[in-house]
Amino acid sequence: MVTSFDYDVIVIGGGHAGCEAASASARLGARTLLATHKLETIGEMSCNPAIGGLGKGHLVREIDALGGLMGEIIDQSGIQFRMLNKSKGPAVRGPRAQADRALYRKHMQEALAGQENLVIRAYAIEDLIVEKGRCTGVVTEGGEHIRAASVVLTTGTFLKGMIHIGEKRIPAGRVDEKPAIGLSDRLYGLNLKMGRLKTGTPARLDGRTIDWQSLEMQPADERPVPFSFLNSKITVQQISCGITHTTQKTHDIIAENIKKSAVYSGNIAGRGPRYCPSIEDKIMRFAERQSHQIFLEPEGLTDDLVYPNGISTSLPEDVQAAFLESIPGLERARIVRHGYAIEYDYVDPRELTLALQVKSLPGLYLAGQINGTTGYEEAGAQGLMAGLNAALCVSGDDLFTLDRSEAYIGVMIDDLVTKGVTEPYRMFTSRAEYRLSLRSDNADQRLTPLGIRLGCFDGKREEMFHVKQNQLIEARAWASGTLMTPNEAAKHGIKVNQDGRKRSVLEYLAYPDLDAEKLTAVWPELGSWPPDIVEQLEIDATYAGYMDRQKADIVAFRKDEKLKIPSDFSYEMVTGLSNEVRQKLVAARPQTIGQAGRIEGVTPAALALLLATMKKSSIGKRHNHG
Amino acid sequence: MENDTIFALSSGAGKAGVAVFRISGPGASGTLELFSGKKLPAREVSFSRLTDPKSTKLIDSGIVFWFAGPASFTGEDMAEMQVHGSRAVIDEMMRALSGSGLRPAEPGEFTMRAFRNGKIDLAQSEALADLIDAETIHQKQQALQQVDGRLSALAMNWYQQLLGCLAPLEAGIDFPDEEDVPVDIENTAVPVIRKFIQELSFYLEEGKKARRVREGVSVVLIGAPNAGKSSLLNYLAGSEVAIVSDIPGTTRDLIEVRLDIKGVPVSMVDTAGLRSQSADRIEEEGMRRARQRAANADLRICLIDGSVENQLRLSILRDLGPGDVVLITKADLASASDIGCNIEHHKHFAISTKTGDGVKPFILHLEAVIAELCGSIEEPRLTRARHIHAVQEARQSLQRSLNYVVEQPELAAEDVRLAMRHLGSITGMVDVEDVLGEIFSSFCIGK
Repeated sequence: MVTSFDYDVIVIGGGHAGCEAASASARLGARTLLATHKLETIGEMSCNPAIGGLGKGHLVREIDALGGLMGEIIDQSGIQFRMLNKSKGPAVRGPRAQADRALYRKHMQEALAGQENLVIRAYAIEDLIVEKGRCTGVVTEGGEHIRAASVVLTTGTFLKGMIHIGEKRIPAGRVDEKPAIGLSDRLYGLNLKMGRLKTGTPARLDGRTIDWQSLEMQPADERPVPFSFLNSKITVQQISCGITHTTQKTHDIIAENIKKSAVYSGNIAGRGPRYCPSIEDKIMRFAERQSHQIFLEPEGLTDDLVYPNGISTSLPEDVQAAFLESIPGLERARIVRHGYAIEYDYVDPRELTLALQVKSLPGLYLAGQINGTTGYEEAGAQGLMAGLNAALCVSGDDLFTLDRSEAYIGVMIDDLVTKGVTEPYRMFTSRAEYRLSLRSDNADQRLTPLGIRLGCFDGKREEMFHVKQNQLIEARAWASGTLMTPNEAAKHGIKVNQDGRKRSVLEYLAYPDLDAEKLTAVWPELGSWPPDIVEQLEIDATYAGYMDRQKADIVAFRKDEKLKIPSDFSYEMVTGLSNEVRQKLVAARPQTIGQAGRIEGVTPAALALLLATMKKSSIGKRHNHG
Repeated sequence: MENDTIFALSSGAGKAGVAVFRISGPGASGTLELFSGKKLPAREVSFSRLTDPKSTKLIDSGIVFWFAGPASFTGEDMAEMQVHGSRAVIDEMMRALSGSGLRPAEPGEFTMRAFRNGKIDLAQSEALADLIDAETIHQKQQALQQVDGRLSALAMNWYQQLLGCLAPLEAGIDFPDEEDVPVDIENTAVPVIRKFIQELSFYLEEGKKARRVREGVSVVLIGAPNAGKSSLLNYLAGSEVAIVSDIPGTTRDLIEVRLDIKGVPVSMVDTAGLRSQSADRIEEEGMRRARQRAANADLRICLIDGSVENQLRLSILRDLGPGDVVLITKADLASASDIGCNIEHHKHFAISTKTGDGVKPFILHLEAVIAELCGSIEEPRLTRARHIHAVQEARQSLQRSLNYVVEQPELAAEDVRLAMRHLGSITGMVDVEDVLGEIFSSFCIGK
């Protein structure tokens, strides 16, 4: 180990990716520096003040299962918890919570301040130190050189960030914060494939000027479910959100002024997300719709700021004011800050390994929006993985990666590094082919054992996990081993086919009209397990038939994932590949046969050739050795 | 190392007016240049003297041209040399091409390369094999349409329809808070899935007919020993295929003859005669096989000897279906007043293969039945067991999905995805991005 390093790992950026990266690296024992240009904005929610949702909530649970921060922080600062899809099956329930932005920031900053091995400094980083083909540190704006074995870059929208409001263009990473130019130039200088993306945010309103009385309100869940597996209840005060709609007048104003929108005037080249369109996009693309829903989300318990969710815009200030006035409840609303679109550089994530390291520059890791994603949860999950790997690389340990059958994190990173992005990437449950197995309720069962092996969290989580696991094992054994004949069941008022075949508690649970509550009347023991254990039994029962098939799929999937392609593999050696496929493989440099198969245009025939060549060359190597 | 360059004699082996050599790979145009001694622009037909580049001896003169990849059948550079089709010229060409560093193509290697380079999909390459193997006109036409991509287009259309089934389910799951996403999945997804199941059922029925065209209509001759089954087969085949003798039980095993009936391949099977009992265990086994084969056939023709009284004690007629045919044979010798059973429920003919009496109306009827069994070949159809299996599995998954649409859309979606995978296996494609694309173009997402 080289001792001249100032730190083991430097994390640049204090957003959601940066916080998780710094924390994860420090938890693994690496001496870590978190460098950000402004200490007060560490843990800032720049856009929507909410965590979770479909797919995203899954990511938060997974971050938590590996000891990350996001779940615990939102549990301490969430002011409206809602379980989405409560009426649907367990695999697609998504926890979501709106946050008090100030509380979230405060708790995040406290958590980091209390983290061992972590130093936090206000530095604007201008450049990277690159020596002998490795990234070995950073250069601050003041010219100071700080050296480290690994660097994690989490610059969000700051790389050559450009804010657009109507005709106005303001170089900035966030409102009133200057963009990172030097770092962007450095990345271009490394010949990384890069591009521009766009996202947007709505105006912020003064809650005291909104006519709440006239609005429909959406309350929080009566019994909020925490994100973190460490917490059993939420103690933060819960509030309601308002719901309003755009009117025909709103649509007319926007349509009349559409040419003034930065996106429609041609000022913005970067591509925006389809699932998070600006109000301009909604009105132009879905012209037949008479109105669009808007959620009015308070940004805090003590803050009057309100986030009008659903109307992000890059129209000029006066047009924003005019169309807001046309919305019921907002007639007299005061705009505190105008909405804007922001364009920024991202690095084509196909430049990265599955451990989020830049393939062509060992020692440099990228996480978050810089990789073309959007969302706090996506950023946090990448930050966690980049931070862990940056630290593991220092100690020379094996890298830590997750595959598509293990976690949404694995799905996301595989999608990014294999397929690249064409719009800001957001997690959806529909992206996960093993959706029934990758649930938010079992993230701990899937990932915490891996975290224990890594040693990336303290003993408390491990202990709680073992207690729960033991209960689960016991409960599962009891539920599948406790039998009852249909005849006996009928005496308890349970009607099943009178075929004389004994069925287990688990099988009875699988009947749509039976649940744990009803069966507790038959088997009082069922009530003695904690609710989360009983819930697991119910889920096991519900998905039983499907899980068997999914398990078989996963076995087949893992077989291909185990077939590693050597990083120095020469595609020139593969005879019979078309040039097009060859170029795609060379560009993506997949790490496994499975990953190669997910690259668009790579056919099963091409994979067979690849495999055959790999086998031939590995036999050749063995002969050379022996 | 680059792709190697392959060649093949694409016209059939043996003496012919013209022999066609095809070459595919990076060395295609270079080879042409070496043989003709001139640099030819792509896609230009020219008449040229062809010499062996090694010995510089003249081989023949002929028509040559080449296509530049990827605009060629294989997607690679491809050249063609048409020479005179004598054995001597062909042999010399083979030697000269091998001697120039080209490799003789493996069977199907041109198609394989076309598939690998994305020029054709799985269904099309299967069809190409069928086209090459086609023996009858109907087979040829059916295969040609599939090469043309009709089945692929159909599979593509199904894929699009499934996206339409999946989009409301997935949108309902991933965007529960969006007011534009239909809450009422039951009324948006269910009718689409139902209609689609019907469509698959239709194609499965049609698929049976298409397979008959591809694999042949199977017709089984059954009847008592010595009823004249082998004689009929021989008459139809126009040659002495089966052994004909008067000793009962001669045809112990199944004898199959391929016939071309009005452009449709027909496999006609002569079976062991059915008797009530047999001392011979081998004959018994023959009878068992005959019954089984008859049960699986598309059409059964039951033969009854018209010259023997009360011949048919066996209740063979019970094994017949409504469309099957009964033949009273040996009409020239017919004397029996009672053949032992009532054949009024079946289409029946009296024939004599010896004199040819009554055969014509029977054959006309046979042709009509076979045409009916094969259906119209104008529509895209499922031609292989693989296709039919994929569609059956898909239909079953979709049926199951209907149980879950409301309460557990994630299971319904799981089944629709499974159906997609099965149907995608016909051409080989499924992509999540397509699902998202469908969602974002149909619903206004983004609160």
